[in-house]
Amino acid sequence: MSGLSVFFLIYAYVALAVFIIGFLVRIWKYAVTPAPLKIPQTPAPVSGPGVLGRMILEVGIFKSLLKGNRITWLFGYVFHLGLLFALVKHYRFFFETSPGWLAYFTTFEMYAGLIMLGGLTMLFVLRLIVDRTAFISVMNDYILLLLLMAIASTGLLLKHYFRTNVTSVKEFMMGVVTFNPQDMPTEAFFIIHISLVFLLLIYFPFSKLMHSGGIFFSSTRNQIDNARDKYWKTPWAKSPESIDIPSNMTQDD
Amino acid sequence: MADTAAEQHEEEVLTDQDIVTGAKEPKPKAGDVKAPELTGRIEIPKLEEGVMGWSKPHAAKPDTMEEMGFPPGLVDNWEEVAVKKLGELLEKYKSLQVYMDICVRCGSCTDKCQFFLGSRDPRNMPVARADLLRKVYKRYFTTEGKLFGKLAGAAKFDLALLGEWYSYFHQCSQCRRCSVFCPYGIDTAEISMAAREIMDQIGIGQKYVNTIIVKLHEIGNNLGMNPKALKATLESTEEDIEEEDGVPVKLPVDKVGAEVLLVTPSADFFASPHVESLIGYAKVFHQAGTDWTLSSTASEAGNFGMFIGNYDHMQRAAMRIRKAIEELKPKRLIVGECGHAWRIAYSFWNTIIGPLDGSVGLKLEYPRPQHICEFTKDLLDRGAIKLDKSANDEFVPTFHDSCNVARASRMGDLPGGQFEIPRALIKAACNRYVEMEEETIREKTFCCGGGGGLLSDEILDVRVQGAMPRMQAYQNVKESHGVNFLGLICAICKAQFTKVVPKYGVPMIEVGGVHQLIGRAIELGAKE
Repeated sequence: MSGLSVFFLIYAYVALAVFIIGFLVRIWKYAVTPAPLKIPQTPAPVSGPGVLGRMILEVGIFKSLLKGNRITWLFGYVFHLGLLFALVKHYRFFFETSPGWLAYFTTFEMYAGLIMLGGLTMLFVLRLIVDRTAFISVMNDYILLLLLMAIASTGLLLKHYFRTNVTSVKEFMMGVVTFNPQDMPTEAFFIIHISLVFLLLIYFPFSKLMHSGGIFFSSTRNQIDNARDKYWKTPWAKSPESIDIPSNMTQDD
Repeated sequence: MADTAAEQHEEEVLTDQDIVTGAKEPKPKAGDVKAPELTGRIEIPKLEEGVMGWSKPHAAKPDTMEEMGFPPGLVDNWEEVAVKKLGELLEKYKSLQVYMDICVRCGSCTDKCQFFLGSRDPRNMPVARADLLRKVYKRYFTTEGKLFGKLAGAAKFDLALLGEWYSYFHQCSQCRRCSVFCPYGIDTAEISMAAREIMDQIGIGQKYVNTIIVKLHEIGNNLGMNPKALKATLESTEEDIEEEDGVPVKLPVDKVGAEVLLVTPSADFFASPHVESLIGYAKVFHQAGTDWTLSSTASEAGNFGMFIGNYDHMQRAAMRIRKAIEELKPKRLIVGECGHAWRIAYSFWNTIIGPLDGSVGLKLEYPRPQHICEFTKDLLDRGAIKLDKSANDEFVPTFHDSCNVARASRMGDLPGGQFEIPRALIKAACNRYVEMEEETIREKTFCCGGGGGLLSDEILDVRVQGAMPRMQAYQNVKESHGVNFLGLICAICKAQFTKVVPKYGVPMIEVGGVHQLIGRAIELGAKE
């Protein structure tokens, strides 16, 4: 096995480990931190299925963002949709056989990378030219967009101009996920593409990308509006009985 | 005289606390900043960074701080104490932990805050406000911040940053409007509460809010009326009602075994126009034949403990109500017109002083607690009271949804009842009703500009600016439909608007409670 392959295998396992463990550690933290009070953003659903519906609308169509800013919504949504399609089409690099439903995606397949890149570019431009977002942006906001744009661009180039041997990519990736290491393809754009993806995976759990898992723990969105009907306990609070309060009966003077 | 004072200041050595609270800095006289022009439109302003950085509330006095269990002034090792406290809050509040991590700075909230729209200061954009705390979180609690520092938006917690905290966390009314538009529901109220809690813990509290909390703990209400003074005030209000309407409407206090205990903001006892609503509730109870009582010790529905994000003070303040329930043994618990109080009552009471169920003697068939608007609406629906709309013919009312009622509570059984029930009451009490622009009402309502503990005169400029969007929307319907009454169900909104509307050239008489309209329209006397 070549030195390059060894290096990339180590890089791949480090990236995957950091991503998976880091992500789970953050999610675990969100899950175990207590929510002391009922703070759903009202009007809020009054039942569990209602909350599920609210969450589906938030994750599925970014409902609150749509209310807030239609331009950001449009490009943000386009980017995420492109990302979703791009991820789905990478399925074939990890599994021997592809399920039938995947065929439906092939219609969009050729556009996925372009849609993603277009959305990202517009988000980048918006961030720069709208005075309010320019004011709040920090360097990492731009760097992250550039990183995603670089990943999408190299992916597009691999697909349309510098075609890599799909079989050897597949063998390498399958080798990684089945712990059966194989030599990696040596095409430059493939190496750049996959290096950037691993970099993104490593950065993921430490960054604002945690919004992907964090949204499910947002108390204003995931709580049921039933504070009057159902007792909600603060795990760390004092019991009411331990608080001494003056009486109604003794304060006549 | 002024010159000598200024010279003295120059020579004086400023303490760190002076620097943070701006106590000795020359600043525009409160109220000198001009009210934005009333055009009827709400426009996104051009940014003027830092223009409101000078606005800082008075710092709480050392004895007030000590009575609350906080250090009397800024402690020497404040950075260390603040970081430790932040760590503790991150362990205790899921909201804070999650919201610190997941903001992507998409900008959806940036044009939603009334304090930004009114002041033009981009540091009043919700994300910029939250970032004041997030900078510290990143620097001390995240790998990203430790590695990349400023590139990741992390910053050392220094005096200058603490000074910004003191300015801008006191230009947030915790109204949650930004959260409506956030793709992750990030709630700046949670963040501003945490920041204020941290500031209290290092010894710099806000005078207005903290003084009131101490008063509430000592005397039982925000106004500092002792039970004797309260009873005297209520008696004279009874006399006023009887003189005006010729009907002996009572305002009972500490009546053991009454069916209903009413807990209402103490402003209702004598502030104007609040007292008109108190008279309204009393007439409703009278006409419905409900046996009710107030409590002289639980004589405050408001609870400023929430504004400073301090669970213990909030719980302690609310305990007066639980004590009153145990001693006066009511079957039902009803809350008067107040926004943040209704949030605490509706969303928090069951948790912090509960469970509010049969174990404290309350009847399970009624909501616990119930809003006075829910109570009155129910009587109307059952025909138990009658309203004569013509009594309010001089008014063309509209309704201002108070932020805490709109976005942090509910009325009735269905989501959104908090919007429909008060409107139904106004429509039942008046022949005319006009709605303000859709983008400024219901869940998208703007705060009055005085909520969240900002109702203090040294920060009047912030309040005037914060009221801008509501005033524009009001001006709009005033011009187009001749609206002349801004109906409300919040004691803070009432106090804020009566103070602020004159700055915009609107007569303050045009502000009043929903039960003020009910009280005027209700037909008293024997039922048919």
